[in-house]
Amino acid sequence: MPVTAVGQSVSRKDGIGKATGAAKYADDLTWPGMLHGRTIRSTVPRGRIRAVLFDFDTTGFTIVDHADVPGSNMVDLIERDQPLLAVHEVRHVGEPILLLAHEDKEVLHAARVLVEYEELPPLLDPEGSEQTFKTITIDKGDAAAMAGADLVVEGTYQTGHQEHIYIEPNGVIAVPEDGGITVHGSIQCPFYALKALKALLGPDIPARVVQTETGGGFGGKEEFPSIPAGHAALLAHKSGRPVKIIYDRVEDMVSTTKRHPSIVRHRTGVKRDGTLVAMEVEVILDGGAYVTLSPVVLSRGCIHAAGPYRCDNIRIEGRAVFTNTPPNGAFRGFGAPQTEFAVEVQMERVAEALGMDPVEFRRKNALRAGDTTATGQVLREDCSALAVLDEAVRRTEFARKRTEYEGTDRAIGLSLFYHGAGFTGSGERYLKSRARLEVTPTGVRIATGSTEIGQGTRTMHAQIVADALGVPYESVEVAQPDTKHVVDSGPTVASRTCMVVGKILEECAVEMRSELGKLSPAEYFAKHGAMTVERMYEPPDWIRWDDATYRGDAYATYGWGCDVVELEVDPDTFDVRLLEVTAVQEFGRPIHPALARGQIEGGTVQGLGYALLERVVMRNGAMANAQLTNYTIPTTLDVPEIDVVMLENPYPGGPFGAKGLGELPMDGPAPAVVNALRHLGHDIRAIPATPEMIAASPVAART
Amino acid sequence: MRFTLNGLPVETNAHPMARLLDVLREEQRLTGTKEGCGEGECGACTVLVDGQSVCSCLVPVAQVEGARVTTIEGLHGTHPLQKLFMDEVGAQCGICTPGMVLAALALEDNPVPTLDDVRTALAGNLCRCTGYSAIYRAVLKWRAEADSGPHAAPEQASARHK
Repeated sequence: MPVTAVGQSVSRKDGIGKATGAAKYADDLTWPGMLHGRTIRSTVPRGRIRAVLFDFDTTGFTIVDHADVPGSNMVDLIERDQPLLAVHEVRHVGEPILLLAHEDKEVLHAARVLVEYEELPPLLDPEGSEQTFKTITIDKGDAAAMAGADLVVEGTYQTGHQEHIYIEPNGVIAVPEDGGITVHGSIQCPFYALKALKALLGPDIPARVVQTETGGGFGGKEEFPSIPAGHAALLAHKSGRPVKIIYDRVEDMVSTTKRHPSIVRHRTGVKRDGTLVAMEVEVILDGGAYVTLSPVVLSRGCIHAAGPYRCDNIRIEGRAVFTNTPPNGAFRGFGAPQTEFAVEVQMERVAEALGMDPVEFRRKNALRAGDTTATGQVLREDCSALAVLDEAVRRTEFARKRTEYEGTDRAIGLSLFYHGAGFTGSGERYLKSRARLEVTPTGVRIATGSTEIGQGTRTMHAQIVADALGVPYESVEVAQPDTKHVVDSGPTVASRTCMVVGKILEECAVEMRSELGKLSPAEYFAKHGAMTVERMYEPPDWIRWDDATYRGDAYATYGWGCDVVELEVDPDTFDVRLLEVTAVQEFGRPIHPALARGQIEGGTVQGLGYALLERVVMRNGAMANAQLTNYTIPTTLDVPEIDVVMLENPYPGGPFGAKGLGELPMDGPAPAVVNALRHLGHDIRAIPATPEMIAASPVAART
Repeated sequence: MRFTLNGLPVETNAHPMARLLDVLREEQRLTGTKEGCGEGECGACTVLVDGQSVCSCLVPVAQVEGARVTTIEGLHGTHPLQKLFMDEVGAQCGICTPGMVLAALALEDNPVPTLDDVRTALAGNLCRCTGYSAIYRAVLKWRAEADSGPHAAPEQASARHK
């Protein structure tokens, strides 16, 4: 079959709406009789609620507390430990206690609610927490082999919170209809929100979720929107009217999930010739006050914690712990950016301790096809660690610059990294994701739960279907995710939307083609009427995974990357100026090269912000800098253009050879930056590496 | 109070200290102007007032009395930069795009902007998706095409003079 759309940068399916302002985001929608909703939140990190007092005229208000919940008051996620509305106690600043709605926004926000607490001492230090949400141990060989090493290098690495800063804050509108509640909103995973709404509303109130145009997600709208969706639904149910809840930026930053802060300790044993003998890694993630997705974030973090390196003896021990801070959750990379930062700075230090060139050290130890990972997975031909390293080093003339920059204010550093695509282990088997294709009078329509959040889902799925079905790209429509009309394709997360859901769509298209015979979909419709094809995902049959022992094939495949960062540090202000950033990445085959490049450029810049700028200041359990004025993300003046190289190594298990891509670019920038600072003599072991931190860092003599 | 909105005269009864952003979105129902932070940091609410780009969340409506206000809707979807933002994937999630497009119009009088000119013009507008590179490609291509295209000049000028 001739391939005409895949591999081409065809026009986005979004049309022109995003550039004309016509695209409708949650806050752009109104319904007749709509009320505005507001959340009253805890102002203390830990306490018992003594009283809730209304210091306003309640006429015209709808007021909801935990007693108004028709079903279960617990968010239905991994554990049911997080109340939608606090009952007697609060465990973090920003915890929802009470909901108000009113038709006039100004009256709503002028209402004063006083909450009296019996304050209790909060637990804020994750290392001091004995309350563990999840522990994981990964054992390969025998870490006691460390005793036979010529040299052992130890180090502790820390990463801070990171805020998603989707430019559109969280927003939803709940609308009573047909005896139930429909929630329209800025939501990455409509079926997660649906599950939560069903538990909240109980069996007698049907729920439905419709995704509106979504102004960025990055994981921040993965599990979190179940909470505002539930709140709006409660207000709508009680008032009988549509209710809109839109967070302002401060509320979004104070109250919603962030990337888990981490503490990672390494002990690495090596031979004089640079051979890795043993690695011991301890991973601590600060989960915040409720479980959310912390067990799975910890899982991905631990699996990636030994980096893309061959070592026969590895022990990784991880724990996600409770603190009285707002719960942390999904964020692009999902634990891997934290642990890959640690291992890549550790590897740089090991090479340094050996007196070895950092590239040679990595080249010697990088995973190759046939090698086994920390979980014992034997890598196949889709392993490209050496290929990305060699291309990055060649392209940037790394060796020459490394020498040339000695004794200047300029430096160069790199990182080697990988990212597992799709759900971990047996996750894709449990998910049973589905996708559906429908013949229409003019072509075909894709009906999946996968959301477009900017990354190009609509476009890339339509390309896959067009070519697998042999129809023009323009004749493929993509339905807006609406839980009443599409099937559950699993969440739009984990770099799985192209590789997994795209694969199901490819299979649907192949099956539909055999039903159509030689007819076009439109001809078939005219002759026989509607037809739909629906299929479920079948992971590759060779995947073996044991959840109890953490042994086996953690991911069907991995993407591979090598980032090189050149920078200058101002000798007086310690400001870092990024000069050149090169990102070499292998993710199978790009379905849409321009979209893929956009994922790499955007993810790399988020990673550069994580490395240098984005510092969440926590004061008594609350974010103290919850404004874009003093939590800064990269602007046009902070980052150079990214030099992107996409290496191809088609993966047979993905549609047209594609692997997952979305998260991979997030893993590499931070260690590459810190390794470049190290080249300048600054011993940095924590990010963000702000000028203050660089100024205070021990400076080693440059070799 | 009167001002000119996308070429047409409008009258508003809004409080003089009401944010221009709210008057545009709620009273005039022009929702292409977005709110990202409410404090002038993100630039999603960028509009043009007498041809100058401003954050409409920081401007009390009283300040635009008698002025010409242009929102993204005022470009009528026909400005070449709008198509280039989509073609070059300068728009991903799209929430910053209307503000970016309007901020980029500051380069209209610059026939051959350098990359640094583009970066400076867009420094007040945050994008969390693209890392900006695709936006630069869209803007630079627009200027390059405008420089060589015979029909480009009158079309570009539309935003300023409506």
